[in-house]
Amino acid sequence: MRRWENEPILAVEHLTMRFGGLIAVNDLSFQAGRGDITAIIGPNGAGKTTVFNCVTGFYRPTEGRIALVHGDAATLKAHLGPVTAHDRGFARFADGAVFLLERLPDHLVARHARVARTFQNIRLFQGMTVLENLLVAQHNGLMHASNFTVGGLIGLPGFRKAEKAAVARAVHWLEKVNLVARADDPAGDLPYGDQRRLEIARAMCSDPVLLCLDEPAAGLNPRESAALNALLLSIRQETGTSILLIEHDMSVVMEISDHVVVLDYGVKIADGSPEEIKNDPKVIAAYLGVEDEAEVEKIVEEVGLD
Amino acid sequence: MKSDAATARADFAAALKDAAIAALIALGVTLPLVGFRTDQGPDYKLILTTRFDLVAVMVALVFAARLALTLWTGHRPHAAGSSAVLERLKPAGSALFRLAGPALLGLALVLPFLPVTGRYELDLGILILTYIMLGWGLNIVVGLAGLLDLGYVAFYAVGAYSFAIISTQVIPATLPALGPWAFWICLPIAGLLAAFWGIVLGFPVLRLRGDYLAIVTLAFGEIIRIVLLNWQDFSGGPNGIASIPRPTFFGLPFTPGKDGFAATFGLHFDPTHRIVFLYYVILMLALITAFVSTRLRRLPIGRAWEALREDEIACRSLGINTTNTKLTAFALGAMFGGFAGSFFATRQGFISPESFNFMESAMILAIVVLGGAGSLLGVVISAIAMVGGVEMLRNLEFLKSVFGPNFDPTQYRMLIFGLVMVLIMIWRPRGLIATRRPSIALKEKKTISSDLIQEGHG
Ligand SMILES: Nc1ncnc2c1ncn2[C@@H]1O[C@H](COP(=O)(O)OP(=O)(O)OP(=O)(O)O)[C@@H](O)[C@H]1O
Ligand SMILES: [Mg+2]
Repeated sequence: MRRWENEPILAVEHLTMRFGGLIAVNDLSFQAGRGDITAIIGPNGAGKTTVFNCVTGFYRPTEGRIALVHGDAATLKAHLGPVTAHDRGFARFADGAVFLLERLPDHLVARHARVARTFQNIRLFQGMTVLENLLVAQHNGLMHASNFTVGGLIGLPGFRKAEKAAVARAVHWLEKVNLVARADDPAGDLPYGDQRRLEIARAMCSDPVLLCLDEPAAGLNPRESAALNALLLSIRQETGTSILLIEHDMSVVMEISDHVVVLDYGVKIADGSPEEIKNDPKVIAAYLGVEDEAEVEKIVEEVGLD
Repeated sequence: MKSDAATARADFAAALKDAAIAALIALGVTLPLVGFRTDQGPDYKLILTTRFDLVAVMVALVFAARLALTLWTGHRPHAAGSSAVLERLKPAGSALFRLAGPALLGLALVLPFLPVTGRYELDLGILILTYIMLGWGLNIVVGLAGLLDLGYVAFYAVGAYSFAIISTQVIPATLPALGPWAFWICLPIAGLLAAFWGIVLGFPVLRLRGDYLAIVTLAFGEIIRIVLLNWQDFSGGPNGIASIPRPTFFGLPFTPGKDGFAATFGLHFDPTHRIVFLYYVILMLALITAFVSTRLRRLPIGRAWEALREDEIACRSLGINTTNTKLTAFALGAMFGGFAGSFFATRQGFISPESFNFMESAMILAIVVLGGAGSLLGVVISAIAMVGGVEMLRNLEFLKSVFGPNFDPTQYRMLIFGLVMVLIMIWRPRGLIATRRPSIALKEKKTISSDLIQEGHG
């Protein structure tokens, strides 16, 4: 069942990102399926983080289109052309909405297209407590409930109710990542692994349809890494959030992902199910840094990947 | 044991050398600046006098202070015993701090009725409260949102001039019947105009960070002052604006006449009534500032400001419009500056661009930084220390006994003040109260230590 072909939530088309003379991403096209865990893998400097930055609006791509759909894939097929022809960046329809992420500024990608992300170097609000971090993630909803501060300032009950709900939501996610006991501690005081999980909880508090995780398992010990796998699977199962995942650890990728996209020097070299990727000589060559096909065969035999 | 003694001796030698270098630099600086002095002689000729004794005293002071400083900081890591004592004192200290706020508030409320309070003390109280209010206003921008604003005095000026122009020109020309109420009408208008200028000046600097933001806001402060200085028709230029209406007791003027405040309430006319009233006006304005900013900290907008200070990129990844967030911080900070400016105008009855120079911005910023960015109580303590302390330094007569009868202590007021500031910043680099109270808690609020809190990028 290849959901990324039949039922995509994200369609990246001919994405190119140049930094001066350096081509970090070169004519990249791929799709991510709704409810799938899609892994983007590749050697250091392959352009994975750059793809994330383009998808989340932090970089404006040099070329290409990045479409995200709310609702079913038929919406995307029916409306992608008209939305692209107009310049607004997104359009809502009775059966969903289509967003052209390359045209939206970062905060609107997060707010309207509901794409949340984590960062390769953790970016928590260190001097704020764990709970505060999770409330900042619900800023837009709370802002509305506080009537843009006026209602909150004079203490209208609507805001208090909304804040209670926001705290309940935060506690829910703290339970999922096993951090309730540390809710009132400053985020900067948490150990590294906890900070990684907190960043995921914070992203989930913003109620995303697409969650982009940049190397969430980096620096985790095997036990934490296994817990992370379980967490990602349960997020997907409970909320139906689709996950885009950058990961170096092959065991994680093979275990939890439904679909793998492999980048090397900014170019896509493979795209398919974990099974297919595992056996793709080009992928093995890229990872081991060898050119010769014959040599690859030999190494594959040695490593016993078949 | 022996090696310990040896390293201690080596440390001491290094400290001596360091102090000697500092003394040498001090000698280089003070010899030309302090050592020689030109005076006008009896026949109107310049005569050169030398003051090498004073140079020697200063160099010796620098040497001793530098030596003490290096030895003290060098010893700190070893002094485990003393830090354990400090740890034990901490709960007592925080209890003290918790009581400090209400105690200071109580004192502020009854100050005019204390027997020791005369006209001078009241004026000083008003001055300190004005700076506390300005500090709290700027605290929103610098302490919460982490945007370094060196031109805050611009909004103080906008508030003062809005008040002055509306109350001396606009109201008499359009609705003279409102005259007695001028203060209460102009106050909100001036605040709103200052907030508007906060947004106008905020827009171009939104992309700037750190030093660049500081420089551009500094320039804006100067631009406003220079415009006021040169736009003769609008602002009176260097002559300023005079006869700004005094505040009335909700319509009752503080005059000896029979419809004045004293007569209406059956009191003897006393000019201090007005001062007491002004005192309570600024106290009320300051308390409103404090109330609003503590309240805002617990609202989404306040959390977004602090998140912005902590990490702007993470904010954007969570869908926070950082442009609007910064602008609201600028606008609200500016609004409180505008209120304070209105108060300044009505208290003085006369304003000119001179009152709004960079020194004022620096003073307000120093109050915020010294107090510990983000802390309301810290701002109070540092405003009292800075404004009150500078006043106290006027009484430096005793220094004559140290430096001889020719020593003019008032000249050294700012020097001593600067020295104390440097010492405090060495002792507490993040300000007097650098810890942060969380805005919300699941079980209990634990104070957050200053080394986790970011200072903002701009
Ligand atoms: N803002 C930028 N300006 C210039 N060059 C950049 C920028 N961002 C990324 N690059 C370059 O683009 C290339 C791809 O970088 P990217 O961070 O996307 O790699 P990556 O696949 O995430 O690598 P890693 O596994 O090390 O995180 C690198 O050569 C990098 O130096
Ligand atoms: Mg990367």
